[in-house]
Amino acid sequence: MSGFARGGFSLWLGATLAAALLMIAALSFVWTPYPPAAIDIPHKLAQPSLAHWFGTDSLGRDVASQLIAGARVSILVGVVAVGIGLVFGVALGLVAAFRKGVVEDSIMKACDFVFAFPALLSAIMLTSTFGPGVVNAIVAIGAANVPIIAKLTRATANSVLAREYALAARAAGRGPLAIAADHVLPNILPALIVQATIQFAIAILAEAALSYLGLGAQPPQPSWGRMLSDAQNVLYNAPRLAIYPGAAIALSVLGLNLLGDGLRDALDPRLRARS
Amino acid sequence: MSDAPLLEVVDLVKAYRLPRPRPFAPHPLRAALAGVSFSVFAGRSFGIVGESGSGKSTLARIALALDSPDSGLVRLEGRSLFDLSRGELRAMRAHMQLIFQDPYGSLDPRMRVEAIVAEPLAALGRASRAERRARVAESLEAVGLRASDAAKYPHEFSGGQRQRVAIARALITRPKLVVADEPVSALDVSVQAQALNLMSDLEREAGVTFLLISHDLAVVAHLCETTAGMFRGKIVEIGPTAALFAAPAHPYARELVDATPRLDRAPRSAPPTKPAPPPASAAGCPYAPRCAWAAPRCLKEAPALTEVAGQGRRAACWFPLV
Repeated sequence: MSGFARGGFSLWLGATLAAALLMIAALSFVWTPYPPAAIDIPHKLAQPSLAHWFGTDSLGRDVASQLIAGARVSILVGVVAVGIGLVFGVALGLVAAFRKGVVEDSIMKACDFVFAFPALLSAIMLTSTFGPGVVNAIVAIGAANVPIIAKLTRATANSVLAREYALAARAAGRGPLAIAADHVLPNILPALIVQATIQFAIAILAEAALSYLGLGAQPPQPSWGRMLSDAQNVLYNAPRLAIYPGAAIALSVLGLNLLGDGLRDALDPRLRARS
Repeated sequence: MSDAPLLEVVDLVKAYRLPRPRPFAPHPLRAALAGVSFSVFAGRSFGIVGESGSGKSTLARIALALDSPDSGLVRLEGRSLFDLSRGELRAMRAHMQLIFQDPYGSLDPRMRVEAIVAEPLAALGRASRAERRARVAESLEAVGLRASDAAKYPHEFSGGQRQRVAIARALITRPKLVVADEPVSALDVSVQAQALNLMSDLEREAGVTFLLISHDLAVVAHLCETTAGMFRGKIVEIGPTAALFAAPAHPYARELVDATPRLDRAPRSAPPTKPAPPPASAAGCPYAPRCAWAAPRCLKEAPALTEVAGQGRRAACWFPLV
């Protein structure tokens, strides 16, 4: 398709990496080489071999199995946190764009207020208040996504509502809900998809950071961030234990960011206008 | 033809707030409409001409209740649009439709022609799918497109065809009044004539009355029995199009007529037009600073619309040219 051609190399590489991440996460539900949490002290800190592709950690757990199962948590956090951001963000942004006036101002000021706190810091605050765990981490990351999506939705929806076809729909007697569903959403979808992809990458990074700090995934749940924090204790004996999960995080984030950039090029309405 | 007007516009006033010149300063206001009244009768299309910034498009939006005036009334078939409930107004919209200037901006690029043309029907929300399809086909054929065009997207059409799609959308509810805001100025000249002929056919056959808004007097003269000239949010002259075209009474109408190229006379040199400076005093005639005939009285008192030369013609000028 011409869209892929326009996105070019970054779209292909990004899509490949993101698809690999998804498939690994899906694979973890049916198969991992070993149970990821199975402790095997006699074989601790084993070098990579045919039996243990990436070796074992300080408790003898199979690193490959943990990496595969850790993808599941990353995807889960990314999907749900971005989902929360999209549902509330799009709703708030549309309300702001359609109602204007005081409603728009107060929604946007509330978004600015949430923006004023660094996202990771407020996530740390939330998880340390309501207890560590994946669910609270997801809620905290999702809450930080809401104002970003809300601002984007309002800005793009306003530009659609300023077009004559939106006025024509109003002149035809259509209500705000029908205009939002038939005109606004289809026309702002490309921008939302691009932003959601990038927020997905940020969510994976945030989950890793929270788990590294012990506020995200709890043992025995495998997570890339937790693997990093475990590896810290034996960093001088087995640096590879930090490198593997670090590389997994970096590749996933890189892939999603490339995908977002590629989609931006492929879906940009300014490039496809009147073609 | 009944005696009650189809559309009645009474003393519309609308001012827009401009950005503050400095923090905490009050918003300056710019008057878009400064007391506009006229009536449109069924079967007799009405034209409004004026330069950019004269308030024509604001008038179009308010006449269709897409924007609310600061004061004044709009009545369609005797019912005041701004007193209706939201639901009643939505039902009323089936009787009044709109055609825009830009056939590229007024059609959603992500919708098929069928959905675009059927949009006013969807708003009424009672047609079945088969009925909708039949009405869309009927409407497309009425504007000279094929029923099979319903499956296409707007970008597959030329500008003139797109404007036909927009006209088909405006006609699908069989409205009584269609407001056309510069409907042909974005089209090539040869296509302009086709679109205008289409509109006058529709006026005869489908019983549509147009409120046609244009900067081009020739376009209005093609379709409209009555014409009003607007300047700075006010009607300066109103009367039968033929009379107004032949012998304009207001100097601004004269300027508009002279700006229209015609084959049957050599181009008259229009009075030199400077970019209009603000009125000398708020009390004076708004056109006086640009008027070649301005007298001291014009700068002191604003003239009201008064009867000139019979035939129901009225002009807002102390020294009408006829």
